[in-house]
Amino acid sequence: MILSVASGKGGTGKTTVAVGMALSLENVQLLDCDVEEPNVHILLHPEINETRAVNVPVPVVDEKLCDYCGKCSEFCEYNAIVVMPNKVMTFPALCHGCGGCSIICPKSAITEEKREIGLVKKGFAGNIEFACGELKIGEPMADPIIKQVKSEINDKKTVIIDAPPGTSCPVITSVYGSDCCLLVTEPTPFGLHDLKLTIEMLREIKIPFGVIVNRAGIGDRKVYGYCEEEGIPILLEIPFSRRVAELYSRGIPFVNEMPEWKREFLSIFNSVEKQVGK
Amino acid sequence: MKQIAILSGKGGTGKTTITASFAVLAHNAVIADCDVDAADLHLILDPHVNVKQEFKGSKLAVIDKSKCSECDECERNCRFNAIKDFVVDPVLCEGCGVCVYVCPEKAIRLEEKVSGYAFISETRYGPMAHARLNTAESNSGKLVSLVRQNAKQLAEKGKRDLILIDGPPGIGCPVIASLTGVDLTLIITEPTMSGIHDLQRVLEVAKHFGVTSAVCINMYDINIENTERIAEFCNRNNIETVGKIPFNPIVTEAMVAGKPVVEYSPKSGPSNEIREMWNKVRRGLE
Repeated sequence: MILSVASGKGGTGKTTVAVGMALSLENVQLLDCDVEEPNVHILLHPEINETRAVNVPVPVVDEKLCDYCGKCSEFCEYNAIVVMPNKVMTFPALCHGCGGCSIICPKSAITEEKREIGLVKKGFAGNIEFACGELKIGEPMADPIIKQVKSEINDKKTVIIDAPPGTSCPVITSVYGSDCCLLVTEPTPFGLHDLKLTIEMLREIKIPFGVIVNRAGIGDRKVYGYCEEEGIPILLEIPFSRRVAELYSRGIPFVNEMPEWKREFLSIFNSVEKQVGK
Repeated sequence: MKQIAILSGKGGTGKTTITASFAVLAHNAVIADCDVDAADLHLILDPHVNVKQEFKGSKLAVIDKSKCSECDECERNCRFNAIKDFVVDPVLCEGCGVCVYVCPEKAIRLEEKVSGYAFISETRYGPMAHARLNTAESNSGKLVSLVRQNAKQLAEKGKRDLILIDGPPGIGCPVIASLTGVDLTLIITEPTMSGIHDLQRVLEVAKHFGVTSAVCINMYDINIENTERIAEFCNRNNIETVGKIPFNPIVTEAMVAGKPVVEYSPKSGPSNEIREMWNKVRRGLE
């Protein structure tokens, strides 16, 4: 089973939940798909035994062959190649690597080279199999790295995916294909607003979900009202406590210090498994 | 005209809370919410929308079944695995047009889709540019650029000398679009190990694009040791720590009331600290 953890709003406790869940289960793999700001390793200290580069193809123009016809730049939807009367410029950071320019070039002047945009790291934290991605500083595109992290999915294990915040591209790429998504929110107006957006997103891509309310007790009751109206199950509430916040601040998974919570995570997992049927 | 981007790397550290209070304190600013895929600032500033613009940020391949001969060229050439059994997966399609080009039957076309809306609005604190990216969409960077362009026009038209940008979390495309060309990024962090890690990465991004940064440590008293560590790190790297905001439930209360905290509880610790920080930031910009 693949279980993703997402939130819309940042800082609601995705990583806390993903790590808590991983520490509560057996035979588990945890993938950190928040490649812009990966944090799982801070809580789990995995031993990394393999690091590889994530490359994307970008065009290289052989100006000896190019006759500056401009077809490549006309074709490129991302403005990543511009042809001037006697010069071609490429903008690698804008390139999606579709390969269109090299297919279309009538002079076969365009080939592709690899450009490194980040890393995938693999290893173990105790019995937890671990992989994460890391976007290189200054690079805009997280998606190719997320896809590479997900290519590590071990289908013999329970897979937990820690997704980035938001509701756009990188989140979709992270949660796509999961059997169920756990939405972590906090009971505040921002938490509720972004929860609604995330639910809209999950409905669109047809992934079943349940809600986990973190920092329960702060804010107001509107998240509960909304979930009740919509018939959305609240799978777990983690009350706000200074102790949990302090443990997190020191990089300690709270389930390790408060092991009674492992039972809670295990029981959510069991009920999700029953419902999803995997 | 000056521009400040409020960023954080890590989500949920208080970017929007602080931007909303800055909007109150700035008097003559244009406010730009550049967190286009999970925008929250409007929940506090309650803008009245004057103009709504369609945002066409991406395209999608569409196969005309009646012309398709199922030759498989599209599927073989698509680098994004977005075509399976002659059906386009709208989530995976990046709208590159390779399939359109290779299709011998001319059965595929690219269609522009409305992937969100940009808004030009009025708030109690000044004009505001913001947007809403439809869920499950890409190209948030382009929409951020549109919001910033709108904000600039609002500033020129209203003779306002400052743009306050509430940025998205992370370090990728929409963050880069939010910070390029600004005069200062104020990075809101929290004294957690994750906060420190994410702060360092977003500081590097700002440096990479040649933008000066200042740092604010929110909820600093959750972990004093980490707060000191952040202040030391900033000191070593010649980055000014302009504010340390104490943890106080009043901040969440203000959010529930839909008000900027400096207005909701002007005498509270967080409000005092935000005002002091604002004065430093303002002076730093001059």
